[in-house]
Amino acid sequence: MKPLTFAAGLVLATSAAAQTPVLTVYAPDYFVSEWGPGPKIEELFEAECACDLQFKPGDLLPRILLEGARTEADVVIGLNTDVTGKARESGLFAPHNADMAALTLPVAWTDDIFLPFNYGHTAFVYDTTRLDAAPESFDALLEAGDDLRLVIQDPRSSISGLALALWVDAIYGEEAEAAWAKLAPKIVTVTRGWSESYGLFTDGEADMVLSYTTSPAYHIIAEGDETKKAAIFPEGHYFMVELSAKLASTDVPELADQFLAFTVSEPFQSMIATGNWSIPAALDPSGWPAGFQQLDLPETVLFYSEEEAAERRDAAIEAWRSGLSR
Amino acid sequence: MAQRLVTLSAAIALLALTLGPIGAVLIWAEGVSSLRPGDLAALRFTVWQAFLSALVSCLLAVPLARALARQRFRGRGLLLALLGAPFILPVIVAVMGLIAVFGQSGLINQAFAALGLPRFDIYGLHGVVLAHVFFNLPLATRMMVQAWLAIPDERFRLAASLGLSRRALFLTLEWPLILRILPGAFAVIFVICLTSFAVALTLGGGPRATTVELAIYQAMRFDFDPGRAAALALLQLVLGLVAGVVALALSPRQGFGVGRDRSVPRWDGAGRRVLDAVVIAAAVLFLLLPLGLVVARGVPGLSLLEGDTIRAAGHSVIVALASTLLCLVWALALSTRRGELLALMAIAISPLVLGAGLFLVLRPFVNPFSMALPVTALVNALMALPFALRVLRPEAESIRTDFLRLRQTLRLTGWAWTRLVLLPRLRRPLGFAGGLTAALAMGDLGVIALFADPDRATLPLQVYRLMGSYQMEAAAGAALLLLVLSFGLFWLFDRGGRVHAQSRTG
Repeated sequence: MKPLTFAAGLVLATSAAAQTPVLTVYAPDYFVSEWGPGPKIEELFEAECACDLQFKPGDLLPRILLEGARTEADVVIGLNTDVTGKARESGLFAPHNADMAALTLPVAWTDDIFLPFNYGHTAFVYDTTRLDAAPESFDALLEAGDDLRLVIQDPRSSISGLALALWVDAIYGEEAEAAWAKLAPKIVTVTRGWSESYGLFTDGEADMVLSYTTSPAYHIIAEGDETKKAAIFPEGHYFMVELSAKLASTDVPELADQFLAFTVSEPFQSMIATGNWSIPAALDPSGWPAGFQQLDLPETVLFYSEEEAAERRDAAIEAWRSGLSR
Repeated sequence: MAQRLVTLSAAIALLALTLGPIGAVLIWAEGVSSLRPGDLAALRFTVWQAFLSALVSCLLAVPLARALARQRFRGRGLLLALLGAPFILPVIVAVMGLIAVFGQSGLINQAFAALGLPRFDIYGLHGVVLAHVFFNLPLATRMMVQAWLAIPDERFRLAASLGLSRRALFLTLEWPLILRILPGAFAVIFVICLTSFAVALTLGGGPRATTVELAIYQAMRFDFDPGRAAALALLQLVLGLVAGVVALALSPRQGFGVGRDRSVPRWDGAGRRVLDAVVIAAAVLFLLLPLGLVVARGVPGLSLLEGDTIRAAGHSVIVALASTLLCLVWALALSTRRGELLALMAIAISPLVLGAGLFLVLRPFVNPFSMALPVTALVNALMALPFALRVLRPEAESIRTDFLRLRQTLRLTGWAWTRLVLLPRLRRPLGFAGGLTAALAMGDLGVIALFADPDRATLPLQVYRLMGSYQMEAAAGAALLLLVLSFGLFWLFDRGGRVHAQSRTG
């Protein structure tokens, strides 16, 4: 009798748990640490949804493509524009139904599948105590003395590195390879990801690091340190946006829609600036935290559409490779 | 008979775990895609840097191991244990430590600037080799020392009573030993350097230092071209196997015979104290300075460690212990030359492709997210297997040859043989191999990206998460915790293996 009672209890327990709908969200790994935005998103959304939001951190698109239509994910958050083409092609994602009127992006956004929740721009970040005057334009950076030490990320393994390659491509076009060749003697090294580069910069191994226009906000707000600045170039800065999307195969489509609408709602948007150290995608600057309002931001924003980016990508990476290998 | 069955099943499990995932990826991708022009250049660089790294590590290991084997000094035991430390450091932490010493604003360049010398630039092929030597010289050295200690002391006494010259001693005892150990050590280091990616890129200084593993990463993560990733992974596997076959062909089979396990003071070290001291001091500086800086940078961050990191540390220790148990059992079953060759495949295989393949294989049956820690433990055991075998196999084979007559005379059953003869005599290499495995399993990230579980992060993953959230100081603290725990486990196992060795004096 006993095993049976136990089994019955198990069945009852699982059906009781099943009454609370579960929303499975795939997110980048850094999301779920206690320093990332994950815990706050979970808390805010669970307060309004009567559901259980479960983050599954790790690779986003590779995992979904491997899983196909049988994926467990209902929603994925934290995609970048460099993968939206592949993601769209797969047919695994569904339109988001969210209202995009609230978006406050510096570029027009009409995508009905991928919904932005925060953005930033590529920029070279420096320490004012170590570098007296930062170059005032990309041209000036290329012409700067070879004692200026930069650390950047590899466009073949990092999203910010790819954005840099596209940035140089957008400014210099056919001259991109020559631009890279001028930059080459100043580049201390190329790292696999952003973390390694930023670590080298904070350790003093480089004067400037490829990062984001929003990086100084972290130092201002979390550390009260105003010595980190992003060098702003009049040629423009490459736009980097983070996106979420709904899976077509979700078994809780209403809940997924509710979550996507939540990501552009006020509670989420006013949290994400300091939660993910990026600019909210749907919030008037007056609502930004003070540290964000004092950031130096570019007037010109460069951005390739999905098709243009797909078309330019290989050439941009090749210019990087051959320019730096000279 | 039963023993052959055990060996056979261990070999089949190993083959299934290495070739199975590549096969799964190939089936999913519906065949291989063709390589790109840049892949050939990447292949050339990969092989060349791996060759140089293995060569330099092995050449430097000979004088260092000899000095450590023939000299006795205070702190020698501690130093031997510390020699395990670079090898077990997570890559990102070790790179930061190396750059703090050799980088543009590192200690060396500060000293050079003070002396008015030109700046030393670490970034380039020499930087890649330097980093790989930092990781692997200690490993090669420990393998040599281990083997040196396994020469029965009677051989040295005989050599002493025959009045052998230093040269004759070298030719009769040391050279055969080097021949026996180095080719295998070279192969294992060569193969592990084949799959290097972050180290090669960061210290290589740019796209010229592109390795095959980076191309695999790009194919898997960015281009979603699993067919190309699998093709590159197969290429890497073949390279690893070739290295293994060559190494085994070069290393002779015979051992040094049986001794009575007594320890005599080495007489041949006396005239070489100064030389040995210089060698040891140089190695200590090279290996321990970066470690010291990792420790110094991590101390302020220790106070920032919170619940998540502590829990992650707990998971890592559990994973490490499970991996060690699994790996040692596996290694004992496979401790033959063919087994060692098979095991080389385990580290020649790209962790990314292995992870993707396991994901595809396991997914129909279990929820991959619930498998994060078991899969990590299994993969870490697999990755550590070649190292464990490199340490265990030569000794296990000598024991089998040396005690064959005893075994036949007494008609020992398989289990009695293992319990009464093999395990007690293997105690020292078992301890070292266990320590290596445990420490490797603490540090490795491997396949976790596809199997991540928010509540069961491992400590290396936590270091990356902290860095990804600007928490550089906390990350340095977590890295120090990782170093201390890895080293602690290594020391415990290694020490456990050496208790017997020290009590046998007399």
